[in-house]
Amino acid sequence: MRIANLTHGALFMLGAYLGVSILKRVPDLWLAAALAGAAVAVFGFFLERFILRKLGGNVLGQVLVTLGVSFIIADLCLIVWGGDPIPIPTPGWLQQPLRLFGLVFPAYRLAVVVIAVIAAVGLYVLIERTRLGAMIRAGVDDMDMARAVGIPVSRLFTTVFCLGAALAGAGGVIGGPIMSAYPGLDADMLPLALIVVILGGVGSLLGAFVGAFITGFVYTFGVALLPDLAYVILFLPMILVIAFRPRGLFGKFAA
Amino acid sequence: MRWGVLLAALVALPFLAGEYYINLTSQIFIFAIFAASINLLLGYGGLPTLGHSAYMGLAAYISALAALKLGWPHWAAAPAALLGTVLVAGAFGLIALRATGLGFLMLTLALSQVLWGTAYRWVSMTDGDNGLRGLSRPFQIDGATPFYFFALAVTVFSLWMMARYVGSPLGAALKGTRDQARRMSALGHDVWLIRWVTFVYAAFWGAVSGLLFVYYHKYIHPISLSLQSSAEGLLAVIAGGSGTLAGPLVGAAIVMLLKNWASAYIERWNMLLGFVFVFIVVFMPEGVVPGVKRLWLRFRSRA
Repeated sequence: MRIANLTHGALFMLGAYLGVSILKRVPDLWLAAALAGAAVAVFGFFLERFILRKLGGNVLGQVLVTLGVSFIIADLCLIVWGGDPIPIPTPGWLQQPLRLFGLVFPAYRLAVVVIAVIAAVGLYVLIERTRLGAMIRAGVDDMDMARAVGIPVSRLFTTVFCLGAALAGAGGVIGGPIMSAYPGLDADMLPLALIVVILGGVGSLLGAFVGAFITGFVYTFGVALLPDLAYVILFLPMILVIAFRPRGLFGKFAA
Repeated sequence: MRWGVLLAALVALPFLAGEYYINLTSQIFIFAIFAASINLLLGYGGLPTLGHSAYMGLAAYISALAALKLGWPHWAAAPAALLGTVLVAGAFGLIALRATGLGFLMLTLALSQVLWGTAYRWVSMTDGDNGLRGLSRPFQIDGATPFYFFALAVTVFSLWMMARYVGSPLGAALKGTRDQARRMSALGHDVWLIRWVTFVYAAFWGAVSGLLFVYYHKYIHPISLSLQSSAEGLLAVIAGGSGTLAGPLVGAAIVMLLKNWASAYIERWNMLLGFVFVFIVVFMPEGVVPGVKRLWLRFRSRA
């Protein structure tokens, strides 16, 4: 959608914290993830509809507003949930390690991988293989033309923004058992997401997926091998890719 | 003339105001240099940077580390900090200027996050979240008033140098690349080189503000390298009015006063900052200085 959204890290954190509260009443992680995702989507709706919509095309304005909103979210989370990290428990039946091909995996992490693959395939099918996805792509490529042939671009974009917010929120809950919810989670997630997108290419689902893989591997090995400098190593693939392919690995247009 | 009046008022201030206001104004000076250096990129180059705190914080850290780990005196540490920051900015510029617009913004943010993460996690070197303490100021300017005049002199010089840059043929070319990059390219200007030189020049003045910052606080914490610090600078530029010479100065004063007064009454500076962002972008997108200028012109034409 070419909206510069810097709230995504904050939405992820908001999702994680909402998940904490929901889990106190609903003892099921997946249901909690869905509920938190829905709640964050509602928040995303208001954000898109009443603020971002007014700034169409004003990239710098969008950046500043989303940044401002993410400061507000982060501070609200600090007020409501306090400054201590809150762990999110792993669902009982996924606590056992799993033996696969002679290697031992924590079952929960495998489940997360499965969910990520399902979400990625689902998004791919939605954007590339359905009528709705074709309309969204048309709206991104040429908004005026899409409007002229009768596509409700504004409504579609609101939907897409809500979907993105919902995924961020649900992701926060699902990532909870691995990372737990803590202040600063947003600032930790945002650069990761940025690297993934820059690396993979803006406007490409495949790029985001491949970018996430590379970033994940590099970060994990970086933390294990050179803990002090893991953050620097994290940015190396991005810098290499940008140096040779400014639009990212699979990007359609320059970022 | 107007600048002369302002300068006279600023020179007189320490004789009239208490120590609290002297220190507050010193902080505004430091922040104004920082905002003005962002304005070079954003206002005159059309390059939205969200990672400028990298250069301010880097210079501060280099100076602090040179003093603490190597025992260097200020006359050696300060040039080393400026030089080191300029070198890093040169390399960062090569990467960030592969893109413009939103891509440039994301790249500058990502690059500054590298430095922030390093300062935060490389505990053996930077002492992480504790920050570096036990630093000193040069020239025995330990009192509020001596430091005030030191900061004032540096600020006047910095802003004058940046104004000279904008007024020079190179500055005119820079504005050309902002408005019509393709035409400038067709006219034979090296658009990329103009941007890169500006990027490094802006980083240099960011580094100067970083040195003043670390001299003032005698302490440096990774938060100076954070996204929030970059964003506050950007906010000051936008609030004051980007692409004007007085804008960053006014914006820096607004943000600093707000930050100091607000934090005296409420704890939630971050939330207030967030609301100020939203307010300014939605209601005052052109900034305070152009807005007031427009009203003033209308008033004059009527009188």
